Amino acid sequence: MTEKILLRHEDVPNLRRIDVYEADGGYRAARKAVTEMQPTQVTEEVKDSGLRGRGGAGFPTGVKWGFLPKGSTKPTYLLCNADESEPGTFKDRQILEQNPHLLLEGMMIAAYAIGCHTAYIYIRGEMVLGAKRLEEARAEAYACGYLGKNIFGSGYDLDIHVHRGAGAYICGEETGLIESLEGKRAYPRVKPPFPATYGVFGCPTIVNNVETLACVVPILNRGAKWFKAIGPEKGPGPKLYCVSGHVNRPGVYELPMGTPLREIIYEHAGGILGGKQLKAVIPGGSSVPLFMPDQLDTPMDFDSVAKAGSLLGSCGIIVMDEDTCMVRALQIIARFYHHESCGQCTPCREGTGWLHRLLSHLEDGGADSKDVELLLQIADNMMGNTVCVLADAAAMPVKSFVSKFRGEFEEHLRLGGCPLKRSPHSDPTPRGEGERLHAHT
Amino acid sequence: MPTLEIDGKQVTVADGMNLIQAAEQAGIEIPHYCYHPGLTIAGNCRMCLVEIEKMPKLQIACNTRATEGMVVRTQNERVKSVRASVLEFLLLNHPIDCPICDQAGECKLQDYYMDYDLQHSRVPVEEKVHKGKAIDIGPLVMLDQERCILCTRCVRFVDEVTKTSELGVFERGDHCQIDLFPGSRLDNPYSGNVVDICPVGALTNKDFRFQARVWYLDHTPSLCITCATGCNIDVHHRRGQVYRFRPRENDAVNKYWICDEGRASYKSLHSERRLLRPMLREHEQWTTAPAEDAQARVIRHLQEIRDGAGADRIGALISAHASNEEAYLFTRLFRDAFPGSKLAGLSWSPADAFHDDFLIDADKNPNTNGLRALGLSLDASEIVRAAEAGELKALVLWRTDLARSQGETWLERVAEKVDFIAVMDTDGHATAEAADVLLPIATFVETTGTFTNRARRIQLARQAFIPPAEVQEGWELLSHLLRRAAGADLYASAQSVFADIAAKVPAFSALDYATIGLHGAELSA
Repeated sequence: MTEKILLRHEDVPNLRRIDVYEADGGYRAARKAVTEMQPTQVTEEVKDSGLRGRGGAGFPTGVKWGFLPKGSTKPTYLLCNADESEPGTFKDRQILEQNPHLLLEGMMIAAYAIGCHTAYIYIRGEMVLGAKRLEEARAEAYACGYLGKNIFGSGYDLDIHVHRGAGAYICGEETGLIESLEGKRAYPRVKPPFPATYGVFGCPTIVNNVETLACVVPILNRGAKWFKAIGPEKGPGPKLYCVSGHVNRPGVYELPMGTPLREIIYEHAGGILGGKQLKAVIPGGSSVPLFMPDQLDTPMDFDSVAKAGSLLGSCGIIVMDEDTCMVRALQIIARFYHHESCGQCTPCREGTGWLHRLLSHLEDGGADSKDVELLLQIADNMMGNTVCVLADAAAMPVKSFVSKFRGEFEEHLRLGGCPLKRSPHSDPTPRGEGERLHAHT
Repeated sequence: MPTLEIDGKQVTVADGMNLIQAAEQAGIEIPHYCYHPGLTIAGNCRMCLVEIEKMPKLQIACNTRATEGMVVRTQNERVKSVRASVLEFLLLNHPIDCPICDQAGECKLQDYYMDYDLQHSRVPVEEKVHKGKAIDIGPLVMLDQERCILCTRCVRFVDEVTKTSELGVFERGDHCQIDLFPGSRLDNPYSGNVVDICPVGALTNKDFRFQARVWYLDHTPSLCITCATGCNIDVHHRRGQVYRFRPRENDAVNKYWICDEGRASYKSLHSERRLLRPMLREHEQWTTAPAEDAQARVIRHLQEIRDGAGADRIGALISAHASNEEAYLFTRLFRDAFPGSKLAGLSWSPADAFHDDFLIDADKNPNTNGLRALGLSLDASEIVRAAEAGELKALVLWRTDLARSQGETWLERVAEKVDFIAVMDTDGHATAEAADVLLPIATFVETTGTFTNRARRIQLARQAFIPPAEVQEGWELLSHLLRRAAGADLYASAQSVFADIAAKVPAFSALDYATIGLHGAELSA
């Protein structure tokens, strides 16, 4: 697939301006939906397209919209999850900063389909440029009468607000996002009730990822069939792959869903930095199990990656070369989840810190002979036992790293610390970046 | 009414019950920290995870409704293993404070550790995360952040019950801590409840800290008598000393809570002015006397007045702090033995008495409605007027501090005009100082009696311990006075007095102590 849909701004300069966006065919899909289609037709079209949520879980979008209660007297809300913050994941940012009208248009279509008149974009506070550009785009859309009252003369009203979060990984979890939007501490909610029936302000709510909403526009423009023809049948469409780590050309690549990992790394991202050997890949953001070099031919779609033992997640592909210290890499991932655990429920609050401490002992010296096994036990005790999946996100890499590179962990134990400590390649993070894990490149 | 199976037991429960409640009904305890029936579900402690057939993951029992045909397992190896791991996580950064923690003995960490964990710590002590100790967060409450397990019961309480929101969770991960919002203090009228609902020793009561080990304390179900609500409490006491009041659940009255004023009222039980023996005043000198002598003196004086000047020169006031049993016998005493005497109930509260629309009532008397139901007039103005006008030769005051309700100068004026003042009370207040005879009576924790609250709910306060040697229970003293004055039979107990009330006063008919039970009963109209 050479045509760029979601990354169209790479071919069309200044696509973030509404006149350029419209000249390129922008807002045709929203106009069509609002003036020519019934909301149920829009939902059916999205269902037929097979679009699955791009936020990580891969749940069918149209089906999700269908969970809203029929005949509710409460207002329905649409929330755009633009709190992208998983290490290795930076795809939504491209749309937010470079093609904001695509998101607004997608939201207009989705909002119309679900009967929503007030929608929010919850954007991570650190994404200053993205928030600024969204606000600019939103102002342009209002000025053109595309937002507000009587959109396209159809009688349909819609307001979209941009809400900047203060910054926490958990704000990207849909109920944490809802709590934060309501002005509360971002604690995930216990479910049931689910957001479709009891979401923001206690009303029916749909939360969709930026990339998901962006995909709705081409579906309406070109039809479900066109979308479904891209990539695998059960999870089709264009996909943004973020590639970072030890590659020659890190970045975001728009490719058909199901593009093999090998092609993404070696063709699009230019292969391993310095011509080195590949040691391992995290295929879907820092929270998912590792792929080993012999799994490079896995098609990068929801089902194929799951079948191969990992998760497509956010498609944050993190590449690690032969010199990477896996203990150090895991220590950094654990540090991230320790830092970001909201602290609401016991296994995550206490477990993330414990994992991080043990990994620091392994890396820096001072670990106990039982610590490698203890890491696995802690991860087991965390998984599946918490309100949200942050604990799983912290535990899965531990299980994966330890099981696939156990020898390396035990070597650290035997040597009383990291054997690669003095090698610049032992540290996958850029030097001098303080406490934060920067997978962005 | 779904029927489900819990650990092999079939149980039918009310619609809407969660699995903790359903299991409790089946006699099975599902351990929990964050769940509290008076608060919204938080689901954060993860201690109540149980296995439900056809569900791959364990589910929290607090947020899972019992449904028809559900099969729940709370004791299998999978569940036990998760409980042990949750406890290990909870204890990971918990300080080794048990020897100095006031919650020792009623700490759920201790209890569940013994029940479900019993493993050695796998974390060196020096690696524990340290947080704030002994932080003074309000007039009643001390916070220890290290002991806190972040169940957020306290946060939900101030958000949902008092709606004052002084507390929040700050920081993230294992650095999370409960704290005050900047500029606030935990200073609402119900602040002490956060101590009761804290399952560990993170929130402690300043009044109770380091006063007693809880396993030495006895508990007696009783009532708070600081206002007309009649909140249900447990009196925690040892060897005749009350150490604290704690709320006792009663959905019809106070749910799970009491106010701070009621909570602190135990202190007045051990006042330095407590009346401990009968006293007579002779020639402006106080002397102690045997109870019989003091009782005889009161009755003799009253009889002399009745037989000489007439019973209408006798004024008898009983406060609405008296129990129904006391009020009934007091009424009998004056109606049977001194017919024509001026008799009234006094339900006095300060004009600016604090009240709210929750538990705290403006009527600071626990038994105003009881006195009414017994047919006592609550209009004491005629007695007050007559006393002031010098028309009374005797005043008999039962738990009534006229210096407080009428003012000390009023009392001074009246004391000069009334020949004989008899005071029966617990406390040597200003009115008692003006008396000719003082008869000490038991505090409400030293006797048994019923009170009728603002909603006409009759409730039973049980005797926690016997009164000091020369102090009589109110019903007992009145029973003796009644025998002396009218030759009546002595009552054997408060319960027998109540049986007499039920037999004679229609509003109380069909009631007895068993019917009233722990949660009270409605008075008939």
